[in-house]
Amino acid sequence: MSATLRRLRGANNEGLLVAVIIVVAVAMSIASPAFLSSGTFFALVRSSMVPLIFALGVMLIMISGGIDVSFPAIAIFAAYTTVKWSVDGNLDPGLVLIFVIAMVVGGLLGLFNGVVIARFRLPTLIVTLGTLTMYKGILLTYIGSLYISAGELPGSVTTLSDVHLWDAPSGGYLHFMVVPVVLVAVLIAVMLRWTLFGRSIFAIGGDTEAARRVGIRVVRTQVWLYVLAGGLAAFGGMVFVILGKNANPQSIVGTELDIIAAVVLGGASIFGGRGSVFGTMLGVVLVQLINNNLVLVGIPSTWQRAVVGILLLLGVTAQALGRAGANKRPVMIEKEAEA
Amino acid sequence: MTVVAQPVLEVHDVVKTYGGVHALKSVSISLLAGEVHCLAGENGSGKSTLIKIISGVEKPDSGTISIGGKRRSHLTPNEAIRSGVQVIYQDFSLFPNLTAAENIAMLSELAERRNFSSRKRIFAEAERIVTELGLTMDLGADVESLSVADRQLVAICRALVGDAKVLIMDEPTTALTHTEVDRLFTIVRTLQERGVAVMFVSHKLDEVLQIAQRLTILRNGELVETGPASDFTGRSVAKAMTGREVSEERLVAPLEPDAPVLLEVKNLTRSGDFHNINLSLRAGEILGITGLLGSGRSEIAEAIFGIRPADSGEVVVAGQTHKINSIRDAVKAGIGYVPEDRLTQGLFLEASIADNIVASSLDSYRAKSGLLNTKRIQESIAELFKRLRIQAPSVTAMVHSLSGGNAQRVVLAKWLDRKPSILVLNGPTVGVDIGSKEEILGILREQAATGMGIIVISDDIPELVSSCHRVLTVYKGRIVSELVGDDIHADGIQEGLAV
Repeated sequence: MSATLRRLRGANNEGLLVAVIIVVAVAMSIASPAFLSSGTFFALVRSSMVPLIFALGVMLIMISGGIDVSFPAIAIFAAYTTVKWSVDGNLDPGLVLIFVIAMVVGGLLGLFNGVVIARFRLPTLIVTLGTLTMYKGILLTYIGSLYISAGELPGSVTTLSDVHLWDAPSGGYLHFMVVPVVLVAVLIAVMLRWTLFGRSIFAIGGDTEAARRVGIRVVRTQVWLYVLAGGLAAFGGMVFVILGKNANPQSIVGTELDIIAAVVLGGASIFGGRGSVFGTMLGVVLVQLINNNLVLVGIPSTWQRAVVGILLLLGVTAQALGRAGANKRPVMIEKEAEA
Repeated sequence: MTVVAQPVLEVHDVVKTYGGVHALKSVSISLLAGEVHCLAGENGSGKSTLIKIISGVEKPDSGTISIGGKRRSHLTPNEAIRSGVQVIYQDFSLFPNLTAAENIAMLSELAERRNFSSRKRIFAEAERIVTELGLTMDLGADVESLSVADRQLVAICRALVGDAKVLIMDEPTTALTHTEVDRLFTIVRTLQERGVAVMFVSHKLDEVLQIAQRLTILRNGELVETGPASDFTGRSVAKAMTGREVSEERLVAPLEPDAPVLLEVKNLTRSGDFHNINLSLRAGEILGITGLLGSGRSEIAEAIFGIRPADSGEVVVAGQTHKINSIRDAVKAGIGYVPEDRLTQGLFLEASIADNIVASSLDSYRAKSGLLNTKRIQESIAELFKRLRIQAPSVTAMVHSLSGGNAQRVVLAKWLDRKPSILVLNGPTVGVDIGSKEEILGILREQAATGMGIIVISDDIPELVSSCHRVLTVYKGRIVSELVGDDIHADGIQEGLAV
C-alpha cells in the first residue's frame, strides 16, 4: 500500500469509514430519491447527538481495555432522577444546575463501576452487565416508573427543547444542543491527545502491567475513567430528555448494541489501546444513517436489528484480521530471492 | 573507564521466604558505578526475587538495601525509580500501541507529575537520549511494528532517559540473534562509560563471561560464588549454577546404517518465506535446522506442521505423500510440533499438568463405549510425569506456576503422549536453564533411540553441537549448508550463519 493511500485510510481506518458512509449514502439516494434532502441530513445530525455522547464514553472505556454496557441505565437513572426531583419538589433550579446534578449522579454510579472493576480486577463486561440491570431495577423500584410528559417537565428543560440554532431554508433544523455535544466531543479529543490522563488511558489499554511498572496509578486512573464515563452517560441522558421533551424511565436501556457497534466500527479496538473521537463520530453516523433510512429505501424495519448486528460483527472481524496481519513476523527475504 | 570504589547499590543479608520456602537466604551483593555485574543462576535460584526486591516490587523479610549511601529496609517501586534504579524486564513492558518516542518519554513525564502531554517535548526528550547513545530509530513508529531488538533498544532508552544510576537487565539476550547481541553489548559498554552500574541477569555462560567484570552466582536462593569474571571459566560457572559437572560434548548415538527414511520434504516453497526446501530425516536421527531470526527457519517448521501451509512442494512421511494443509493433516501424518512460544501456543496455563499432558491425545483414550478410559489416562500421565522428571508438587499443579524448564517438559510430555513418529521442536531450550536444558536434550536423545525422528530448530550452537546428527543452515529462505557428523562444531555452524 502506498504511503498516500495509507494516510488516507487513517490510523484507525477512519478514511475507510468515510468511504463506506459515502457509498451507503449514494446507494440510498439511488434507491430512494426522497433520501437526498436537507431534512434527512439534519435529522441524521439530530439523531446522532445522544448516541455520540454515549459512544464517546464507551470508546474511552474501550481504549483502556474494558467495555461498558451499563451506560444506558446510568443515563436514564441520572436524567430521570434529576427531573423527577425537580418535578416532585415543584422547583426549577435552572439548566446548569440540572445538568450538574444529573452528572454528579451519573458520576457516582460510574464510581461504583470503577471501584468494583479496578479494585477487584473483575471483567468489565460482567460487572457492567450486572450494574446495568441493577441500576435500572433501582430506578424503577425506588425512584419512579411513571412517564413524565412535556407539560410536567421543568420549564427550563421544555424551553430548551424548542430552541433551534438554525432553521435551514430548504427544510430541517439544527437543534441548539448540537453546541454542547460538539464541545464535549472536542474536549474529549483534547483530553486524549494532550493530557497525561488521556495518554495513561492508552497506556493502560496497551499493557496494564507495563503501565503499573512505569508508575501510572492504574487503579486511580481507571476509577476516574469510570466516573467520567458515568458523567458522560448522564449528560447524554439529559440531552435525550431535552430532545425528546419527556422523561421515560423505560427508555434508552436496550440501545447499547447500536452504540457499541458504532464504537467498534469507529476503530476503537476491542483489545484496548486504540480509538479516536473522529472515528467514533463516523461510526455513530454510519449506524444512525442505516437506522434512520433503511425503511426509506424499502427494507422492512424488522431488518434493522439484524443489520446493526451484522455491522458489529463486521467491525470486530475487521479488527481481528488487522491484528493477525500486524502480528505476522517480519521475514527478511529480498525481492530478488523470490524470482 | 573509571571505577569508583563506593558502591551505588548495596544489598545486605537479604532474606525472603514465600510461605515457608526460602527464596533468598541471606544474600548480599554490591554494584559499583561503571561496572557490569552479572547475576547468574538457574530458574528458581532466586534471581527474579532479588531483582524484585531491588526494584521495590517485593519486600524482604530482613536485611537492608542501600542506594547512593541511603540505607533502607525496603523500597517501594516509586522510591526505587526515584533513587535511579531501572529494570528492563524480559518482556520489556512497553506499550505496543504507542510510538517509540512516547514509550521512551512516558516515565519522565510521569515522574515530573505533568498534567499535559506535548508531542514536541516527548520527541525532543526521546531524540536526546537516542542520539546520546548513538542509536538510530524511527521514533514515530508504533512499538508493535518494531522488531524485538528495536523494542529492546526502546526499553533501554526509556530506562536511561531518567538519569538511571543502576540498570538491571533481566535476560536481555533471550530473543536476540548473534549480531543483535553484539550490538547490545556495544551499548552496554557505552553505558559503562557513562558510569551506569549494570546488573546483567543471564544464564547464558558465554555471554556472561564476555560482558561482565564481576560475577555472582545464586543457587537455591543462596549465594554460591562471587568474584571477578576473570576468575571463572564456562565450566566453573556451569558447575556453580547446577552444583554438578555439566558436559557440553557431542553425545550422539551412531545412526543405524539401514534406518528407514521417515520424512522427506521436496521442493517446499512458500512465496516470500522460503524456497525449494529439500530435506530428509531418518528414524532415530536428530536433525538441527539453524539460521538467523527471520531467516525462514521457523516458517519451514510451521509449514511442515501445517500452521501456515506451503504453496507448493511435497511432504513424504514414511514413503507416503501427505497433503499438509492444516495442523490436523500434520498430526494425522504422525508429525508433532513444539512451538517457539510455548506459553501462548503450547500450553493451557490455567490448567493442571495432567490436563495439559493429555490435552491433544484424549481421542486415543476413548473406549468402545465412547467414554474416556480414565484409568489409562492416569497411568500415562503418571508415567510421563516421572519419565520427564517434571518438578512439581503433583500432577494437579497449575502449569502457570512452573518454571520455564518444567513448562517445556510439560509441552514435551503432551507431544510424547501422542506418540508421533516425527517431532519438530522450535527453540526447545529457549529460556531454560542449563540443568533443565541438559535433561531436555537427554530426553530427546532417548526418544531418538526409540526410533523417533527429531528436528530441532535452534540458534543455540552448543545445543546443536551436543545433540544433532546433521545440521542444516537456512539463510534468506534457502538451505545454504549442511554439516554432518564430526563436521558439526561451533565454528562451522557460526560460519554457516554468517554467510
